[in-house]
Amino acid sequence: MRELRLMKGNEVIAEAAIRSGCDAYFGYPITPQSEVMETLMELRPWEATGMVVLQAESETASINMVYGGASCGKRCMTSSSSPGISLMAEGISYLAGAELPALIVNVSRGGPGLGTIQPSQADYFQATKGGGHGDYHLIVLAPAAVQEMHDFVFLGFDLAFKYRNPVMILADGVIGQMMEKVELAPQRPRWTDEEVVQLNGSWAVTGKKNRDRHIITSVELDSLKFENFNKKLVEKYAKVREQEVRYEETLCDDAEYLIVAYGTSARIGQKAMELLRTEGIKAGLFRPITLYPFPEKELAARSKQLKGILTVELSAGQMIEDVKLSVGHQLHVEHYGRMGGMIYTPNEITDAFKKMINR
Amino acid sequence: MTVEEIIKPENLTYKKSPLLTDAPMHYCPGCSHGTVHKILAEVLEDLNAQENSIGITPVGCSVLLYNYIDIDWIEAAHGRAPAVATAAKRLYPNKHIFAYQGDGDLAAIGTGEIIHTCNRGDNVTIIFINNGIYGMTGGQMAPTTLLGMPTATTPYGRDPKLNGYPFKVSEIMAQLPGTGYVTRQAVHTPGAVRQARKALKKAFEKAYAGKGTSFIEIVATCSSGWKLSPVDSNKWMTENMFPFYPLGDLKDVE
Ligand SMILES: Cc1ncc(C[n+]2csc(CCOP(=O)(O)OP(=O)(O)O)c2C)c(N)n1
Repeated sequence: MRELRLMKGNEVIAEAAIRSGCDAYFGYPITPQSEVMETLMELRPWEATGMVVLQAESETASINMVYGGASCGKRCMTSSSSPGISLMAEGISYLAGAELPALIVNVSRGGPGLGTIQPSQADYFQATKGGGHGDYHLIVLAPAAVQEMHDFVFLGFDLAFKYRNPVMILADGVIGQMMEKVELAPQRPRWTDEEVVQLNGSWAVTGKKNRDRHIITSVELDSLKFENFNKKLVEKYAKVREQEVRYEETLCDDAEYLIVAYGTSARIGQKAMELLRTEGIKAGLFRPITLYPFPEKELAARSKQLKGILTVELSAGQMIEDVKLSVGHQLHVEHYGRMGGMIYTPNEITDAFKKMINR
Repeated sequence: MTVEEIIKPENLTYKKSPLLTDAPMHYCPGCSHGTVHKILAEVLEDLNAQENSIGITPVGCSVLLYNYIDIDWIEAAHGRAPAVATAAKRLYPNKHIFAYQGDGDLAAIGTGEIIHTCNRGDNVTIIFINNGIYGMTGGQMAPTTLLGMPTATTPYGRDPKLNGYPFKVSEIMAQLPGTGYVTRQAVHTPGAVRQARKALKKAFEKAYAGKGTSFIEIVATCSSGWKLSPVDSNKWMTENMFPFYPLGDLKDVE
């Protein structure tokens, strides 16, 4: 029987974590995502599935606990919001450098600095272009609905282990706080210790038994060896770009203009697009679901029929750089955004859209 | 006794632990890390823990410790080993989990992680090498550098007005309800090595038995950083470090 519930995005992250067979959650409170850990503590999954839930002393500790748990070959995750993710940057780089699977949820808020607790999409650069030091990428999933908060926990863990790379769910305060209907997946059992050895035993630290010792590390002092390791990462990211691009097109087939938006902005953009259509304007919506890998080929293919693109982001314009890189400089691409926790109405977007058309 | 007689198995009084690999250690002459590695390997062997232990290495001179002892290892970010150990222990409660850290790693950049791990009482063993200096980065001041002691960043000696005071870490850890065993040892003489080895074994046993965090400090030498010969380093340590960092058990909860 389908299990349907009305739930908040943040609560769904917690519920989905348990159901996805997550082994451990480590976190530190920060608005607007504290409900994730609060919900977990209330649900007490350690009794039902044995999942560990621990409130750490900082985001630095949380991400390093995730690093420790991931090294053990287990499904581990953390969640935070923008300032906390900045504090995790070092640990995220180490996760990528040690090729460890992990799930990190950013329910982002306005910055820079302490900024605001209101929603924002100003962490796009941080999520997709690095954030920590070194040549690495996260796989970045951008949910636009509470259902996707649920689904992407499962998907996130699967991708993390498939590529042995940290995965980020980049949500924002709206999706985190919003209540929607969600269909919950049945409980996926946690891996037993034997299964961990079977599945991840080629690299994880599980105790040196009947094999050479395993060393989880990101340090390599031999430059040639380390360059070769960097090349291996480059190949991995190329494979991710080849195989894991996800996006959604709405009314794009006959579109002359596109709104390109992700997450909350895609929801508002959808309404704006519908309003434009009622006025006879052939607008479509292109929603990147994976921000890394960005659906560059798919957007480029679509752009051949277009007269212009409006990117709509709750930021000063970050994703627009990837949009421009994808479609080239022949096509007019314009940004419309609000910042600081302010959110546009569909009408603000249609106004910006019409201005763009008339330019 | 001739050499032929000495090497007969029945005359063997000491052998290298099979857990120690054959990789040549990269440490400077007179450094304490190698000696501590040796007793660590012996204790793991005593406890029959090779298949059942995970060690966490720090950032510092001992970052490559995983090359020398034949068990599974995780190399942590600078100062974060206790957080890494916490997670490993929670996920593998029936394994020996330990972290090995220097004084910069543990008592400066990782102060938050060590205090909270010990305060939660996670059942892990922390091996804390206090050589009063940052060995790896070239001999800068550590939190544990003694007053008046010259280092690369305190060229005129540590001045409390400028640099604050040396930090007695074990005393702080002993106050925390989460620790079950806190001891301060050294490895400068064969007798001290034997004693440290005993303490280290006890630390592992107590953490494994769920008595809380075991914290074992080793007051150690850094000949290169201190710019002294190995012999003079031991002498300097005995005369200057031990009075401020006295050896012995600070806490031993049943
Ligand atoms: C975030 C970060 N900051 C600084 C460093 C540079 N660094 C490497 S080792 C070290 C100090 C190590 O000293 P200690 O912990 O006392 O160990 P020792 O080398 O003396 O054994 C520092 C500052 C680093 N690797 N990472």
